[in-house]
Amino acid sequence: MDIITLFFIFTLAGFLGFELIARVPSQLHTPLMSGSNAISGITIVGAIIAAGADDGSWITTVLGTAAVTLAMINVIGGYFVTDRMLSMFKKKDPASAAKKGGASS
Amino acid sequence: MNAATSAILINSAYIVASILFILGLKMLGRQASARRGNLISGVAMLIAIVATLLDHHVIDFRWIIVGLVAGTVIGLACAYWVKMTSMPEMVALLNGFGGLASLIVGAAEFFRIRGGTVLPERPIFTSATIYLTILIGGITFTGSVYAFCKLAEWLSGRPILFRGQHIVNSLLLLATVLAGVVYVISGDPQILLVTFGAFTLLSLVLGWTLVMPIGGGDMPVIISMLNSLSGLAACAAGFVINNNVLVVAGCLVGTSGVILTAIMCKAMNRSLTNVLFSGFGAAPAKSAGGEGEHATVEGELKPISAEDTFAVLEAARQVVIIPGYGMAVSQAQHVVRELAEILEQNGAEVRFAIHPVAGRMPGHMNVLLAEANVPYEQLVEMDAINPLMPTMDVAIVIGANDVVNPAAARDKTSPIYGMPIIKAYEARTVICLKRGKGTGFSGLENQLFLLPNTRMLYGDAKGSLQGVISEFKSLAAS
Repeated sequence: MDIITLFFIFTLAGFLGFELIARVPSQLHTPLMSGSNAISGITIVGAIIAAGADDGSWITTVLGTAAVTLAMINVIGGYFVTDRMLSMFKKKDPASAAKKGGASS
Repeated sequence: MNAATSAILINSAYIVASILFILGLKMLGRQASARRGNLISGVAMLIAIVATLLDHHVIDFRWIIVGLVAGTVIGLACAYWVKMTSMPEMVALLNGFGGLASLIVGAAEFFRIRGGTVLPERPIFTSATIYLTILIGGITFTGSVYAFCKLAEWLSGRPILFRGQHIVNSLLLLATVLAGVVYVISGDPQILLVTFGAFTLLSLVLGWTLVMPIGGGDMPVIISMLNSLSGLAACAAGFVINNNVLVVAGCLVGTSGVILTAIMCKAMNRSLTNVLFSGFGAAPAKSAGGEGEHATVEGELKPISAEDTFAVLEAARQVVIIPGYGMAVSQAQHVVRELAEILEQNGAEVRFAIHPVAGRMPGHMNVLLAEANVPYEQLVEMDAINPLMPTMDVAIVIGANDVVNPAAARDKTSPIYGMPIIKAYEARTVICLKRGKGTGFSGLENQLFLLPNTRMLYGDAKGSLQGVISEFKSLAAS
């Protein structure tokens, strides 16, 4: 891919990142950080290409496999930890609220 | 399927993944949609991985599968066994793995070019981006590992400063840049290998020494910064291998991390340079009067028993609970919620006041209280609670220190002067739960503890609160 195109994409993504996060309530800072941490595991794409190249060099294979493992830990750990955190962020007494909803309907 | 068709297919998949990453990140920023947002971003990752497996460069799947399986098992184990109180170190460690993975991608590309299997179209550009990937990835990795060790208390959380530290760090950075420049412009294979090794090693050292002088209280900022760096490392790796989805996703993480870091710094009224280089809290004696007599604090610590705490709380109608890192350490969040419920049954209105940098991770307290089933609506942000503070009968400070230190508002000589705090001192009575008489992570004397309306409830927060709760229960029983 053309370098200029990559820089173009880079700049736009940068602005988008700023815009997306600028007004997030502080309660969500941790899950947000943990969730974006999982996204940084996207480096797994590069790792897969390195590990699967099979260019006869053991160095690339070893490095690639290590990178796939590490990036996968980042991805899987990141998404599941974030989900675990978010699953705990509940509204007041969901059970009784549901009951109330049920009674009124 | 020929190469051109598959390239179009893969790139289309990358576009879909990028859109879903953006959508997921946006949804993560709102309470109602956060969980779905995380799922969508996970789907985006899956699409990106599957698309990459179809890449015509990928011809050997054995080692990929080994790596994917090993990573999945370890990642799942981490995610399920980590305690909520250990969340900051978990996030730091995962972040470090991401940084190291990016570094390795850069290194693998270096060896492929060296081995002659890849011929870069623009050698200088590729070398420069490999250098950046290794530099950022290396700093992220060792910095995160060091942060992990500090948070897990394997290493001292105190900032470590030594004579000439800034000079040593500057020289390290200079050497790293120098090695990088020689690496980029030199064509000699021997020099390439030496400089490559040199800056790889130096970046790893640099990450370590960068986090060294940062105190425990500044951890939320540094965790957020390292998170941003891990994204930028992935982004740099994207430039190395000419991959757009890496550039987009990495850049999103990088810039959103920068924003979060800026918010954290603002909440402490300090600049990032100050956080990184001041060695905040390294010398507790300095603020306790060493710079002059202005910092002397009048008053004494007045302890209170669990029985007396009960008496105070029993009569209270407006109670605010201010949690800090101490609550996380003693894992008192469940007992705190129990106390809040008892107080409410007793007719009091209970609120939780959350300071943006309380704890060791941005929003750390929210996660812990959520784990203990404290309803979201009871959590009040600093700016919302401060005007109400004078109407509060009791403020219970649980293992929080700097975020309630009135010196930030009154003492112009204090290093934390100007930092926005929760004005606990304006409440009629303040009860501070604390393990001992020592200063907190920042090493600053807390003037709040010496005020006439403050009482100290010493001991482990969990035990102390259980004592108070049992007083309430024995009253109910009698």
